[in-house]
Formats: sequence, C-alpha cells, structure tokens
Amino acid sequence: MKILVCISRTPDTTAKITFSDNNTKFETAGVQWIINPYDEWYALVRAIELKEADPTTILHLINVGGAESEPIIRKALALGGDEAIRVNTETSDSFNIASQIAAVAKEGGYDLIFTGKETIDYNGSSIGGMVAEMLDLPYISHAIKFDLDGANAVVVREIDGGEETDKASLPLVVSCQKGMAEQRIPNMKGIMGARTKSLKVVEAVAAEDYTSIASFDLPPAKSGVKLVSAENPEELVRLLHEEAKVF
Amino acid sequence: MVLVFIDQQDGHIKKSSFEAASYAAKIAEITGTTAEGILLGTVNDEVATLGNYGLTKVHTLAEANLNNFDAQVYTKIIAAAAETADVVVFSNNTTGKAIAPRLSVRLKAGLIAGAAALPDLSNGFTVKKTVFSGKAFANITVNTAKKIITLNPNSFNVITTGGTAEVVALNMTPDAPKVQVVSTDLVKGEVPLGEADIVVSGGRGLKGPENWGMITDLAHLLGAATACSRPVADINWRPHHEHVGQTGLAIAPNLYIAVGISGAIQHLAGVNRSKTIVVINKDPEAPFFKAADYGIVGDAFEVMPKIIAAVKALKAS
Repeated sequence: MKILVCISRTPDTTAKITFSDNNTKFETAGVQWIINPYDEWYALVRAIELKEADPTTILHLINVGGAESEPIIRKALALGGDEAIRVNTETSDSFNIASQIAAVAKEGGYDLIFTGKETIDYNGSSIGGMVAEMLDLPYISHAIKFDLDGANAVVVREIDGGEETDKASLPLVVSCQKGMAEQRIPNMKGIMGARTKSLKVVEAVAAEDYTSIASFDLPPAKSGVKLVSAENPEELVRLLHEEAKVF
Repeated sequence: MVLVFIDQQDGHIKKSSFEAASYAAKIAEITGTTAEGILLGTVNDEVATLGNYGLTKVHTLAEANLNNFDAQVYTKIIAAAAETADVVVFSNNTTGKAIAPRLSVRLKAGLIAGAAALPDLSNGFTVKKTVFSGKAFANITVNTAKKIITLNPNSFNVITTGGTAEVVALNMTPDAPKVQVVSTDLVKGEVPLGEADIVVSGGRGLKGPENWGMITDLAHLLGAATACSRPVADINWRPHHEHVGQTGLAIAPNLYIAVGISGAIQHLAGVNRSKTIVVINKDPEAPFFKAADYGIVGDAFEVMPKIIAAVKALKAS
C-alpha cells in the first residue's frame, strides 16, 4: 500500500485577514502559518493510522509551495509519514497546483491519495477532484470515515442532509473532513525523527494558471447591534417580524 | 449557452438548483445567450417546470443507475452536454464540489469555487468568491475560454418567470460506476443546513445536550435548520454535521440566531455572511454582539421560552 497525502500551508485560524498593495495582496506580516487543518487532522492522521495498522505501508507527503512551506512540512513529518516532496512553485491557481500533484503522483504509483476537503484560505475544494480527473481515477469527496476491506475502500461521505456509504476499488482519491480521525500532537520522538526524514524538492512541471486573483474585499462592517432588554424578549420577535421582516 | 447542473436527491430536484438555475439564466441574459439545464438520474418532479427559473431547455438522462452518484461518470456526461457551453454553473454543495473540479480539467475551463455574486464582465470575466472561510472575498479572473462557477447557497435570489422548459433526452450510455453507493442515510423531515433560510444555533452556554429543546422548538416553529458551535460538536452534544464555523460548514441564511455562543473568530467566519444575525448571550462582552444586528444580553434559559411563546403567538395570529 502506497499513500500520498497533500499538505497545504494556510494562515492560522485566528489570523487577522487584511490586504495590502491596493487590496491585491494578502498581508502576511504577523501571520502564523499552519498545516491546513483538514489536511493535518483528517487526511494525514487517517493515513498514519492506516500505516500503523499495516507497517508495510509507504506514506509520502506532498506540498506545492516555496521554501517557506518547509516548517509545516517538517511538522507533518513529525506526526508521521516516511518522506515528503515539495514542488517548488508558488501559485494560487487550483489547476496549476493539481497539475503539480498529478505529475508527482503519476511517477509514484500511489494506491490512495488523500487531501483535506478544502483549504481554509481559498476554500476551493478543488484539488482532489482535479487530481482524480488528471489521473483518470475515481474520487470520493467529503469523507468522514475511511476503511480498507481487502482491495476495496469503504468510505462514508457527507451528502446534503445526511451521509452515504460508498465502496470503491483502489487506486482512489479521497477528500477528508471531520470524523476521519482525531487531531494528534507531535511527540518528541516524532519531532527528532522528522529532522532526518527525506524532504525532496522537485521543480514544477509546466502548467497554466486557469485563474488569477484580481483583488480582495473585506465584508462590509455591521452598522451596530440593536439591543433588546432581557425583560422584554417579545420586542425582539416583533422587530424581526416587522423591521427585519425575516419571518 | 450557459449550462446549469440540476442536482437531485431522493427523487426530487434540490432547492439549491432553483437558485443555481436563476443565476445561470441571469448570466445568460447579461451575455446575450440562453440557459439550459442538465439533470441526471430519475426524479418524480415535472422537469419542464425548471423553465420557471429561466431555463429554455433541460437535457435529461433518466437512467436509474445514475441515481448512484459517481463524480467520474457524471463528469463525462456533463462534459459532452457542455460542448457548446461558455459557462457551466453548479451549486457549491457536496455534489457540485465533487464534479466541478473534474469538469474543469476535462473542459480546460477555469473554476470559480464558491461564487458570491454575478460575474463582472467590465474587464474580462471576474467573479467575487468567498475566501478565508467567509472572512473576506476575492475577485477571481478566469483566463480560459470556458468557465465553471459553483454558486454558494443562499447568495442569489430565485427569480421565477412562469416559463416552461423543453425537455430533451440525451442519447448516451453512462459508464459503469467505479464508486458504488452501498447505502444512504438522510435525516428525514429536517431542513438541510446549507440550504436553510433560517438557522437556530446553540453553543456551550446551553450547558448540556438535554437543554437543546429550546433550540429545536424554535427551529420547528420557524421552519429553520439547527446548528451548533465547534466545542458543542467536539464534546458530542450535537452531531458534527451541525457544526458551523471555519472548520465546519460556512452558511449564509437570511436569519441566524445564536444562543449561548460567544462568537470566536472561527465561528464568525462560518456565519458572518448571514443577512440578519441575532445573538442571545448573558455575557455583554461576548464578541458576537459586535457582529450582530439584534441582541439580548440575558440568560437563554429565561429569554428563550418567552421568545418561543411570542413566535407561537405570532404564527397563530
């Protein structure tokens, strides 16, 4: 069994989001960077669990990004995984990123490719589906449970208003979310071991940017809260009905 | 031509598809073309009524085995129907998110995932989408000839025209699926959170799952969906699919009522696109009040029964 987990670098969930250069660039000053939570907590940890269940499993991590991604890649290696690959390019375009991952995956011959269900910065939910199409593989998105049953995968995925259980043969691409696994904290042995694990840097293949960011906007500020006395909650219902007209 | 994917579940066209169809029809109007739909699998609904949302034509492939959803099989059929399309529209739901990226590769079409507005055609083709989990918007320019857009639910008003669509059966044989759906487990009788107009949500301030009656009672009265904050899902007071926020579902209902939720930045990220926000919290310093339109500083256990009674009286009048 050979597994590839896609790892993205994102601002911390508490980061203040501001923009510079006439609202065309994300302001990175003072921002803490983390492994995208869906990639780390669910995709990576579930892959590590699969390797723990079958130690012959080979687990590779891939990141598409510049040298500034290396601290989060080392952190991911401290959680688990045998080696990491960084494709040395910077782009915000999903098609370009997916092209880089697909090129590495084609060489590696993986049975399973895991991604998070989306990144918390661009919220594209696109990489898994694009990589699957590029490799002509089946794709199961929004997985909340993943198990192996011989040569098949049994996956529970979220659908609108409920859940669905799917069965698919490998190789397979899966996007992962809450439910797949529990968040882990790297231990000292993992952190020490990660220093000597292989982190291979490869150059990008030629790929187009299908999209580009023209500018950013912040949502309009609220005009201020209208407070209603706790003694008279009926007034709130009247305001919602007559003023806001929401029911 | 603008093509819109009409999503169905359990024999019925999803409500989010009416919104996506209206959005597609509007794009067709501003680009001087027509909007058509594509519906795969079998439904009990009258397909021609999709004309009421501005579609001139709906392509169907009413094969029962397409009720077994496999994004790969769907992508191939939609790609064939999209040959003459300039823009393809999906709802940004679990189905749309599974198909649209594949279709983007197949059609060599740039993808806008999570659109919040109509395209701006003044300088190329630029669409506003949510980024940083709702904390900001990005205006993304698509550089390819064909474009794919997934539309965030509740971000475009449904427009009805009274029209009727021509229904055309596609002449294709679907591939055998590689993903077999073994079973589905739908929560019956509840409003799906992503599509709900009104959402009533509870946090740790409710002290325990046994106190959720006040949330579900108000939700039932208002025809609303129920939601919760992350800590509540983490300690299993409520199912995780109810978790709204940065690492849960991002929603944009007309009305969001938050009870006993302090409003951490991660929670706000998932709900701040709601049109009207109501916060009920006993802590006047709760950050949520800064993001709210209406608020009550008070104990939910005293305030909520009075609100429920007042809504009941209003609904009865």
